[in-house]
Amino acid sequence: MATFNLKINGQSKQVDVDEDTPLLWVLRDHLGLVGTKFSCGIAQCGSCTVHIDGTATFSCVTPVSSLEGTEITTIEGLSEKGDHPVQKAWEEIDVAQCGYCQAGQIMQAAAFLKENPSPSMEEIDDAMNRNICRCGTYHKIREAVALASKSN
Amino acid sequence: MATNIKESRRDFLKIAGTTAGGLLIGFNWFGCDSPKVEVLSTDEVLAQAKNFNAFLSIAPSGDVVIYSPNPELGQNIKTSFPMVVAEELDADWAKVRVLQANLDTEKYDRQLTGGSGAMPHSWERLRKAGAAAKFVLVAAAAETWGVSPEEIAVSEGVITHSASGKSGHFGEFVEKAASISIPDELALKDKKDFKIIGTPVKNVDAKEIYTGKSMYGLDFHREGMKYAMIQRAPFGMKVSKYDDSKARGVTGVSEVVQFGNSIAVVGTSTWPLMKAKKLLEIDYVPDGNVESTADHDRIFQELMSTGKAEVKRKDGNVAKAFQAAAQVVEAEYQCPFLAHSPMEPENFFAHIQGDRCELIGPTQTPDRARQTAAQILGIPPENVSVEITRLGGGFGRRLRADYVEEAVHVAKAIQAPVKIIWNREDELTGGAYRPAVRYKFSAALDENGSMIGYKLKGVGMNAGNTTRENNFPSGAIENVLIESISYDSSITTNAWRAPITNFLAYAEQSFLDEVALAAGKDPVDLRLELYEKAKNNPVGELGYDVDRMIAVTKAAAEKSNWGKNPGVKQGLSVYFSHRSYVAQVADIEMEGGSPTLKRITAVTDCGMVVNPIGANHQVRGGIVDGMGHAMYTNLTFENGVPKQKNYDSYRLIRMKEVPEINTHFLDSGFDPTGLGEPALPPTGGAIANAIFAATGRRLRSQPFIEQKEFSDIKLEIKRA
Ligand code: FES
Ligand code: FES
Repeated sequence: MATFNLKINGQSKQVDVDEDTPLLWVLRDHLGLVGTKFSCGIAQCGSCTVHIDGTATFSCVTPVSSLEGTEITTIEGLSEKGDHPVQKAWEEIDVAQCGYCQAGQIMQAAAFLKENPSPSMEEIDDAMNRNICRCGTYHKIREAVALASKSN
Repeated sequence: MATNIKESRRDFLKIAGTTAGGLLIGFNWFGCDSPKVEVLSTDEVLAQAKNFNAFLSIAPSGDVVIYSPNPELGQNIKTSFPMVVAEELDADWAKVRVLQANLDTEKYDRQLTGGSGAMPHSWERLRKAGAAAKFVLVAAAAETWGVSPEEIAVSEGVITHSASGKSGHFGEFVEKAASISIPDELALKDKKDFKIIGTPVKNVDAKEIYTGKSMYGLDFHREGMKYAMIQRAPFGMKVSKYDDSKARGVTGVSEVVQFGNSIAVVGTSTWPLMKAKKLLEIDYVPDGNVESTADHDRIFQELMSTGKAEVKRKDGNVAKAFQAAAQVVEAEYQCPFLAHSPMEPENFFAHIQGDRCELIGPTQTPDRARQTAAQILGIPPENVSVEITRLGGGFGRRLRADYVEEAVHVAKAIQAPVKIIWNREDELTGGAYRPAVRYKFSAALDENGSMIGYKLKGVGMNAGNTTRENNFPSGAIENVLIESISYDSSITTNAWRAPITNFLAYAEQSFLDEVALAAGKDPVDLRLELYEKAKNNPVGELGYDVDRMIAVTKAAAEKSNWGKNPGVKQGLSVYFSHRSYVAQVADIEMEGGSPTLKRITAVTDCGMVVNPIGANHQVRGGIVDGMGHAMYTNLTFENGVPKQKNYDSYRLIRMKEVPEINTHFLDSGFDPTGLGEPALPPTGGAIANAIFAATGRRLRSQPFIEQKEFSDIKLEIKRA
């Protein structure tokens, strides 16, 4: 066990966990931030996507020990009132079925659009290919990313 | 005031004033008794109303709250059911709030289900609940104003008497309304006057989902609860001995307990348990059949040729028809096991206190969860409460209560509240799978290429009947023999989205394509010819409505420009399941030597569409699901353990693998029917038939990409 100082959603947090503990479980079990989801645990599905210094990252394979000095953003901190353009687009297009994958999808899309504000449809498909949606909401995810982008 | 408590237990609607001066109506979304109404006090409603699972309340402010009791797993029922109630009530949808009602033994009905049957079953009672509320509100307004109820109109939560110019919102009349009794006969609206049903209404939980609020079972937390992860035995094996010393050595692990052939590691957070579980050293010994995929192949082959089959349907004289045939077409189709793989892995919370047990988590069958817990603990089912969280997908997996059982066992063993958690590996290896199956089809054609005989034999696993013997093409052919064989496997199997038909439809619709080819007929024409026969000279029992089959088939041909574009190779598939009719056409274009899937056109007749957004979701989702599994997903066994343990080898469809999907709905004038499943069965057949049209390669096995037909070509998918 060791103590780690983390900056999450603009706030400083301290946790006492084993150094190999993935960020996902620090968020969910130790900090009560359960918006970030667990599904595969091996960097295959994207349900656990968060931003580390603005980059979309799979938190299930990111050990807490690698994170001191970074800025971590989770779905809870993406916007204050749930009105980030990507969240608004998701509402507008009514993307979710079961909804379980959607926090990860939104975090993936938000980081992607920050880097590439006016993507082509192919670029959207490439970026969002990292996340699985078992309910098959892919068409709507694609539409929502396009709506949130500047190309719209 | 109750008139007859004993009888009213079976009643459908009850009405009461609330302590806050509002109106409360209890009803049941899923009840089976014919609707009858009664007036009770609030306390009586709550105390007696064990057969309610839903409440409609209207506050003096005019706000309408509908408590939705049913598990929401993405089928959008939490939005579409209240729409139906609000429609008959003529409520202002903007003032309607939908809350998830927790299943509580004190208040709610025990009977709860999900699945494609919910809407058709509940359609009428939902409408009556709304109509009853409107009736008492209108009567209350009429009394207040001293006018006749017939002269009163209701729109968007406002009651108006135009002759006198009086009007008021619902809330102004709730107090009086609570004392008015509901007649046995309630007038329902004419469908043409619907204002909410048939309009696109968005998911009522959208905001919570997109901001990461705690909603799912896996998110549930209670101070002081423990976590547990479980190692289960391979299928057909049992634990002989185990050493848990290394697992116990992991910081954060508090205990290791065994129940049956499962060993649970328990602790205060998830990560240490993931590590500890891997450190368990367990020896297993056979305890029945320890099966591998190679065994299944052999068993299927043996049973297909020599197994004793159960005759499911027999029309005419098949032997004679095949003797007289000018041509016989035969083919075998097979499919692998599949896991349900909902994005949210299985989990459940259990807390036992004395002779009571509290359960919280994702389930499609809370009643089964309750019964299971009661049985394990030897307590009455009334002492078990079940709180349903939002479900991160289900696909049939959460119809089983195996993981609830585990939560109860662990809670009992450690005498503390506990949440059990499965990881993806557990979900894929500890399964309840869509069973593997094999079908053999034979068709006898006369010299005109007409089908005079048809045989289907299915060999399934733990499946009981592997066929749908009264489905098309039964009824359209004079001589039919349909048989089924079941093998008892040690591998646990379970209903998987569109049970049986999720594969049978692909096999049958591909085989019909083979028949069309042999008969020299266009696949659309072949079907239309058969429908005509079923319509004009039906043979035996028909489980489907021929006119609706004809309508979706013709519409799909038209919407897809069937056969009109020589550069586009098309495959057709039409299937009836869960009371709905779906026809699909897949379009493939050859690009640089690769067959490229461009689009799927789907025409659905699910009766009236309640919510176009939800309907589109279900149809596209069903197609993506059917397509992904047909194309990519395989689950094979070695000595009772699946080889595919996570998404790196158990391949699910992704963003770049979905083509354009165009959905169309036919308004057949029927009441709404199921939609969570029916779009899935036809998809594999439409794609396989299009691949054949484009390449001359017939795919008789899934997943397609693992077949030899794809060893030298690659199927590309590009959105048109
Ligand atoms: S849970 Fe992290 S990628 Fe799947
Ligand atoms: S909405 Fe259910 S997994 Fe994506």
